[in-house]
Amino acid sequence: MTAVSDREQLSYIAGQAADARVNVELQAGDMTLNIGPQHPATHGTLRIAVRLDGEQVVQAEPVAGYMHRGYEKLTEVRTFPQVTTLVNRIDWLGSFANEVPFILAAEDLMGVEAPERAKWIRTILFELSRIAHISLFLGDMGVQLGALTPVFFAFRDRERVLNQIEAATGGRFHPNFDRIGGLKDDLPAGWIAETKATMEKMRTFCDEIEDLLMGNEIFAARCRGVGVIPPDVALAYGLSGANTRASGVDWDLRRDGDSAKHLAYDQVDWKVWTHPDGDSFARFWVRLQETREATRIVDQLCDGLPGGPIMAKVPRIIKVPEGESYVVTENPLGQMGYYVVSKGDLGPFRVKIRSASFNNISIVPWVLKGVYVPDVITILGSLYFILGDIDR
Amino acid sequence: MMGSLLALAYWQETTIKLLIVLLVVPSASLILVYVFLFKMMSFMQSRLGPMEAGPYGTLQLIAEAIKWLQKEDIQPEGSDRRVFIAAPIVVLTSTFLMYVVLPAGPDAVVSNLDTGIFYLLAVSSLSALGVLMAGWASANKYALLGGLRAAGQLIAYELPLVLATMGVVVQAGTLNLQGIVLAQAEGEIFGWGGIGNPFILTQFLGFFIFMIAAQAELTQTPFDMPVAESELVGGYHIEYTGFRFLLFFMAEFGTTFAFAAAASVLFLGGWWIPGFDADDNILNILGPGVMLAKIMFLCFLIFWVRFSYPRLREDQLQKFAWKFLIPLSLVNIALTGVFKVAF
Repeated sequence: MTAVSDREQLSYIAGQAADARVNVELQAGDMTLNIGPQHPATHGTLRIAVRLDGEQVVQAEPVAGYMHRGYEKLTEVRTFPQVTTLVNRIDWLGSFANEVPFILAAEDLMGVEAPERAKWIRTILFELSRIAHISLFLGDMGVQLGALTPVFFAFRDRERVLNQIEAATGGRFHPNFDRIGGLKDDLPAGWIAETKATMEKMRTFCDEIEDLLMGNEIFAARCRGVGVIPPDVALAYGLSGANTRASGVDWDLRRDGDSAKHLAYDQVDWKVWTHPDGDSFARFWVRLQETREATRIVDQLCDGLPGGPIMAKVPRIIKVPEGESYVVTENPLGQMGYYVVSKGDLGPFRVKIRSASFNNISIVPWVLKGVYVPDVITILGSLYFILGDIDR
Repeated sequence: MMGSLLALAYWQETTIKLLIVLLVVPSASLILVYVFLFKMMSFMQSRLGPMEAGPYGTLQLIAEAIKWLQKEDIQPEGSDRRVFIAAPIVVLTSTFLMYVVLPAGPDAVVSNLDTGIFYLLAVSSLSALGVLMAGWASANKYALLGGLRAAGQLIAYELPLVLATMGVVVQAGTLNLQGIVLAQAEGEIFGWGGIGNPFILTQFLGFFIFMIAAQAELTQTPFDMPVAESELVGGYHIEYTGFRFLLFFMAEFGTTFAFAAAASVLFLGGWWIPGFDADDNILNILGPGVMLAKIMFLCFLIFWVRFSYPRLREDQLQKFAWKFLIPLSLVNIALTGVFKVAF
């Protein structure tokens, strides 16, 4: 399953836990501890069965599926426009970002291209949902490590972004705004100026978080060198998004993916941040920089928003021609893709959802070996997953 | 002494003192929870905190206490019942016992022990026993981990706590808490006795160590691994509900108040007010007020750190105690001894 041999893996773990080694002669019997399904660190109902020696993890096994809702199957009994309502709820913090790849896949099958303005607004909303999503992570990481205050700042400032999403789409959490061929509505009057003011606030929020957490010695002591994932291991386990970029892999689907041409990322000046360390601190740092970068993207898109229609010419009753299409985008949690098979019906014949979190937690057994119980929480927090995104 | 002033019989005096301690501990927790946990924390986090029960939510904790009292008393099936029941009582007893020697005025002290500071630290470490009992008896792995962490931590930080007070004891030349207050009141700073000589000026190192160690003894963030709500989900008190949890809760804040009181006696001059004679009777009335102000200030520091810092890991905490705090406090004692002999 992994590109790294067991011997290399073991020596790596030994190096990582050298500081925290227990005396082998004093080894007592193991204890199995169930972290979850009801545990605050699992953001929902993930269960991680860990075998402990004292407080050191000998073996960890994630058990997913407590929240399986069968979305892949449900899409088969929905029409294409109805599916966005479902996929909204996969990664519930970045809902709009879930709709985009599905709609792009459907558009690809139909041979429809959204007008320029719709693409730009899609990109703005995509990035807004990323900011809303990741800003919560920035505060939540503090809570995982025991700092109570940052998460309240995160909730406060995230609210402003959600307000903007609500103003444009009518839904705070589940916008259901993307349509095959464009968008449901145009932006309301005054939205652009408000959004730019919000982005300014979010940059202040990022500075605040940097002061509160990254400048804190205890935070650094808890995160630096904890849960190191080398780039080859990260790729072998199919990690994506900020988790790979924190391991030094310069790979971002917004820049490198095929889907990028359907969105407006090539129209703006932005940067893909990477960090060479691959530890929990690097993952936090990369996400913080990405939030800042996202505010810059939104700013530039707001400035250069082209005019024109927001909807391409599509039939009133959408029938997608026979074919298969796979579209991946860089969602807040990582790579998210929809493999859509159509038999020329009103609804899809089969949809396979590739969600980022499911692959991101697959590395848990590898990365948790030999760490302490508190580090389990740090690593889980920094890997950042959403239960809906794991179980679908 | 109080008895002789008011001419009361021994049993009357004892009853009054008992009632005062029984009254002070819950009201101290009440004040701390409302002022810091409810309001200060909320203001730091840009929210209002409880606002509905009573004016500005002042009665919120009463409401919470009533809620806790109504809850079902649940004991886990595999628990060691007697130990499970005894644990919160042991912890709370330790809190009550601490108040016995804390002075709030020249005569306003329950028992003026000659070995006051020794007694204070001894009974405060009793809570480690209660916590370990709770962790073990709960028959819960999280509780067990929490209890073991607590035991390790409380023992590790007991040392710097004791060693930090040693500097004060050497300088004052007495273990008696009243004696320490008097030593500060009668002290002089380079021949000027206007504000006495609060030991924080000479024992700033000791004060620093004492506050850090107290933070750890109280299991407040950044040293709250025994309860670590995001990993151990409450640690040793995970299985306690209702009234028994209330006891733990009261003990936590009561002990915080007591440690702040001890720090203000040891380092900030206690109940003495500059310009008054140390045996002035009026200080029995004003002293508690002065003490409360100093305690609230120290609690503010404790809770400020609690609300803004993340928590350390268990091994980092131990390293910090053994490799930094204990050597530092030994240096402090040595320096104090040298200066004591030299001057």
